[in-house]
Amino acid sequence: MKPQSPDWSPARAVKPDSPTPRSLLIRGARVLDPRSGFDGIGQVGIRDGLIVACEPSLPDETYDETIDADGLWLMPGVVDLCARFREPGQTHKASFASEVPAAQASGITTVLLPPDCQPVIDSPAMLLRVQRIAAQAGGLDVRVLGALTKGLGGEALAELSSLKNAGASGASQALQPIRDSLVARRALEYAHGLGVTVHVFAQNAALAAGGCAHEGAIATRLGLPPIPAAAEVSGIRFWITLVEDTGARVHFCRLSTARGAELVALAQQRGLPVSADVAAHQLFLTDADIDGFNALCHVQPPLRGAADREALREAVASGVIGAVCSDHQPHEADAKINPFPLTEPGISALETLLPLTLALVHEGRLSPLAMAERLSLGPARIAGLDAGRLDAGQPADLVLLDPDAEWTLHTERMLSAGRNTPFDGCALRGRVVRTVYRGRTVFAG
Amino acid sequence: MKTTEPNPGLQLDARGRLCHLLTLDGLPRELLIDILDEAEAHDKVLRGQDKKQGTLSGRTIVNLFFEPSTRTRTTFELAAKRLSADVLNLQVSASSTSKGETLFDTLKTLEAMQADMFVVRHEASGAAHFFAEHAAPGVAILNAGDGRHAHPTQGLLDLFTIRRYKGGGVGGPSNDCFKKLTVAIVGDVLHSRVARSDIHGLRILGTKEIRVVAPPTLVPAGIEAMGVKVFHELESGLDGADVVILLRLQKERMMGAFLPSLAEFHRDFGLTRARLAKLKPEAIVMHPGPINRGVEIEGDVAYGPRSLILNQVSHGIAVRMAVMSMILGAPAPAEARSPRSRR
Repeated sequence: MKPQSPDWSPARAVKPDSPTPRSLLIRGARVLDPRSGFDGIGQVGIRDGLIVACEPSLPDETYDETIDADGLWLMPGVVDLCARFREPGQTHKASFASEVPAAQASGITTVLLPPDCQPVIDSPAMLLRVQRIAAQAGGLDVRVLGALTKGLGGEALAELSSLKNAGASGASQALQPIRDSLVARRALEYAHGLGVTVHVFAQNAALAAGGCAHEGAIATRLGLPPIPAAAEVSGIRFWITLVEDTGARVHFCRLSTARGAELVALAQQRGLPVSADVAAHQLFLTDADIDGFNALCHVQPPLRGAADREALREAVASGVIGAVCSDHQPHEADAKINPFPLTEPGISALETLLPLTLALVHEGRLSPLAMAERLSLGPARIAGLDAGRLDAGQPADLVLLDPDAEWTLHTERMLSAGRNTPFDGCALRGRVVRTVYRGRTVFAG
Repeated sequence: MKTTEPNPGLQLDARGRLCHLLTLDGLPRELLIDILDEAEAHDKVLRGQDKKQGTLSGRTIVNLFFEPSTRTRTTFELAAKRLSADVLNLQVSASSTSKGETLFDTLKTLEAMQADMFVVRHEASGAAHFFAEHAAPGVAILNAGDGRHAHPTQGLLDLFTIRRYKGGGVGGPSNDCFKKLTVAIVGDVLHSRVARSDIHGLRILGTKEIRVVAPPTLVPAGIEAMGVKVFHELESGLDGADVVILLRLQKERMMGAFLPSLAEFHRDFGLTRARLAKLKPEAIVMHPGPINRGVEIEGDVAYGPRSLILNQVSHGIAVRMAVMSMILGAPAPAEARSPRSRR
């Protein structure tokens, strides 16, 4: 018998071909199509994995299944710009076997994985390995960012062209810094030549050094080493300067500060090719939530002040921040069982992405159509993916949700292997009823 | 969306009694005064010939120190021995925790030895909260310093010292004395858990004005929210002060560009005889120790008539005895008690 690789599990064995997708008609739903701007009651027909029509009314044809979706919302499947599945390398935290069902149940049909699994995705071979794992798991469009530098070390360029040819959707340093400005500039120049978008977590490593909480009254009272807002702001300024020089397309990941959002807005007004996203939890939590040393709120970048949260919400509403992502970081329980500064940062966030973003709609901060846009078409455009729209002929990736269903998050009922969420016991409004991927129902609630 | 309520109640039980001591932040004024009064009673016993009380006989107190310390550990050890508790000293180096035993495992292992109280010092802020959250019911945690966060017994002994020397009067010390006092805390506030605990305690007791005096590199952002005034210059910071608390300056602060040199810090922020002469005649000088002669304080000042530095050390034993006995539910003998202090 052939020795199995350490992270092989039966759940990943190649599944037999799923039965030919049946045809499906969803009628009576409020359809939110950010591409066409359509927001109204409509019928969506699906055949052979593709959307055949999305119209206010459809001619009589027979479908294998018809869903009466009165009172429900139908939107393109969620495109999540940052989720970690921890595989390969950290399968004690999570794996495709655990995270794919969690994503499907959360209305997510496409995810973008950062390159910081172990080993790092800095070669076509590693990229192919992850793609193979994803294909075996199935049921989710898994896209991958290649490392910008070898081993994410920030010193030598990774083989960006080869990574692109192998299918990388962009390049990224994940959370690792590039300390040498010249390397950063050359990386942008090189990426620009290939037309590769560089996803940047803009945080000045020297200013953030050793910090674990937003610099301010709360970190001061708790005696936690601070990360000043200037760490992000100066990071963004630096990268924008290089965008001006090189013309490279840069996507700023996980904004956390008001001043950072303002800089991105100014750069966009000047026509620079920059975009930005925010993790959903940054739109709800602030540094006040770490009080009492709540390690579940230990995240990177840190939760900022209430004024920052407000500015981030405005930037999402105005479109300066073009995508809301989960920044999903599942952990084993032990990762959070330590004094606050010694815990691992991150939230298991797939299952709260949609309800949290929907809360902005319920609070009147975002129109339903804008919510759908920030969760699907917006991130798809940033990642250069043909997704996030309901046009005829498109792959049928969509989510049907009940915007008013009230439920309470209980960690023991989460599908993700990571139970590290500060939202345990929180009342949420809005729930996925059905997730359709390539015409096939992959989740039905 | 508030997901978690801060839990100041972690150190108080359902009846409002002290079950851990993690921080002075959020302690009720009455309880804080009870601790100081209890410490007065223990101090009275300590000034007698027989310094030992049998109150914690049969109890086990573990000094669990993850940071090197001899002075603080010794005062906790002495306090526990004066109360007849069995004391275990564990100096856990970072290297042994890196061998794989997590803090949680260390706690559980020692709990299994039927310890009643852990006196914990750790370099990470929040370590004492962590131990209190995970300790078995009935096992008490006493914070002996966690990162930059809190050093509550040092804060209490500073309050005790101030009350004794500034609140003297008939019928016991006056707790109202704080309402008339201006207290200046001078030096490396940024890295200081002592400063934070002092500030919380002083504020709870209604101190008229609390100041922090340091160059901007050693003042943490937003400290004004703790109820203090910030001074970046010593002269004005000490003007009108009744109490001057100097903080120890770690010599490695030259690294990381906090300061150019110890000499320059001494010139601008050191308490010299000349500066002492400009203070109010009745002003007192305190320091948590160990002192850096010629850095934050001149040797002559440290042992001068207005310095209470050695008194602080003695008071530290009484205060730690008070906290240990109150948490473990065994008060000082009634005959040592004076009438309750004036609230």
